[in-house]
Amino acid sequence: MTRVFDHVIAVIAGRGPANRIVPPSGATVWPTVLAAGAMAFLAVFALSVALATDRLADRWADSLAHSATVRVTVAPDQADQAVDSVLRILAQTPGIAEARALDQQEISQLLAPWLGAELPLEDLPLPRLIEIRETDAGFDAESLRLRLSAEVPGAELDDHARWRRPLVLAAGRIRALGMVSLGLIVAAMAAMVTLAARAALAANRQVIEVLRLVGARDAYIARAFVRRFTHRAGTGALVGTLVGMSAIALLPGPAQEGAGFLSGLGFRGAEWLLPLVIPVVAAIVAFAATRAAARGALREVQ
Amino acid sequence: MMNSPRSPDDRSVIAFSDVTHGYGGSPLLHGVSVRIAPGSFHFLTGPSGAGKTTLLKLCYRDLVPQQGSVSVFGQETAQMDRDAVALLRRRVGVVHQDCRFLDHLTIDENVALPVTVSGRHIDPAELGELLAWVGLSRRAGALPAELSGGERQRAALARAVITAPEILIADEPTGNLDWDMSLRLLTLLVELNRMGKTILIATHDLNLIRAAKTQVSARVLRIANRRVELAGADL
Repeated sequence: MTRVFDHVIAVIAGRGPANRIVPPSGATVWPTVLAAGAMAFLAVFALSVALATDRLADRWADSLAHSATVRVTVAPDQADQAVDSVLRILAQTPGIAEARALDQQEISQLLAPWLGAELPLEDLPLPRLIEIRETDAGFDAESLRLRLSAEVPGAELDDHARWRRPLVLAAGRIRALGMVSLGLIVAAMAAMVTLAARAALAANRQVIEVLRLVGARDAYIARAFVRRFTHRAGTGALVGTLVGMSAIALLPGPAQEGAGFLSGLGFRGAEWLLPLVIPVVAAIVAFAATRAAARGALREVQ
Repeated sequence: MMNSPRSPDDRSVIAFSDVTHGYGGSPLLHGVSVRIAPGSFHFLTGPSGAGKTTLLKLCYRDLVPQQGSVSVFGQETAQMDRDAVALLRRRVGVVHQDCRFLDHLTIDENVALPVTVSGRHIDPAELGELLAWVGLSRRAGALPAELSGGERQRAALARAVITAPEILIADEPTGNLDWDMSLRLLTLLVELNRMGKTILIATHDLNLIRAAKTQVSARVLRIANRRVELAGADL
């Protein structure tokens, strides 16, 4: 157990006799560390966008899913009677927790952003609005729509589905884009580490030849290079992740006025632990990419 | 021991059987059959480009014969997988003319390399003794580039013997050395042979061969006309 622990520590710290056999310097050191850091930094943002979109989609879905509106468009002298009829029907409909007719002032407030607060709305033939709050089970929109059209001509149910659907669809696509971005970043990192590892293996061909001549097995040589590149990529990715997390932390918070969409980009609570997976993933990717490259390079040496 | 088929009681550590090998379609060695007995001391000589290095490479499986077979310790090298080749090389020490060190490691680290890559820890006292044997105690912490040609050859010899191999192969080990240093290296090789090691040295230095013959019963193999023959008193 202690040996395993020492081995893990040696890999993390990039120490150990096996690591000494790979020359410590080389043209691929800083590009590997820098590229891993940059990729991790971008991955933090992609993750942040994916999570923010996820939250946004949930919020939109929640806020629109459990509410509906009935719009009553009748002659002004029949409006009160029609509203009463609709409220009676709604009270009898299973799945509706509450139904309430908006008063003139509330309708004015809704229209104020478009028509201005000073407009004499009482002179306009505005429809009456009834706000519905659903139970968790919800109601049968189609049945209610049919009953309203039969009993209260001019009453029209709007269950927000047509608003909700494109918003949820857009949020889902943005979330998918975030995930695709993360996948591409991981793939780019794998490609970059593979190229760097191949370059390092080619540059160290003489080292590999000497190691083979003194009786080193392929697994031993591959492990030495894999450790070196896992360490480099892991270190770069850790730094990039921490810088990315710091940048996210410095974004305006939800409480800051004018923050707008940016306020949604941060991590919330336990979500802050998720970016810490990025250096681990980077190290795993570097491990697999370098091992594949090393095995290919070793086949060229007797 | 020359150009004869292997007998069932063959105790040779290295056996070439009708080996042909060359480069670019032209054979450098043709129909070579050689057997090296354990504990023997052989020189391999011949003009430059005759195939001395190629023959040595066939012995430690740096090359696989294009025709025929090479067996080392009774195992045919062409049938070995890569791990088996690594294990073979722990039993066959090799001293190259250019020494082939890892330039970023110190001399003691380079000498200990065969032990390090086998996953074992080297006893510092044993390493110190080995470095003293080749006269490099004071140069243990130096980098290869800081050593003279003679020091490099002796360090390469120490590295080749650190795993106590049964066979020691040296390719022109005195090629870059003055006569005094050549004799010093030869003395070390003779000592190893007296310890029971099989020694095979490629050289074109006839004076070195003559000097060796005064100390040890050495056979001389000569590559001529793409074949290997036992050299006689004409040396």
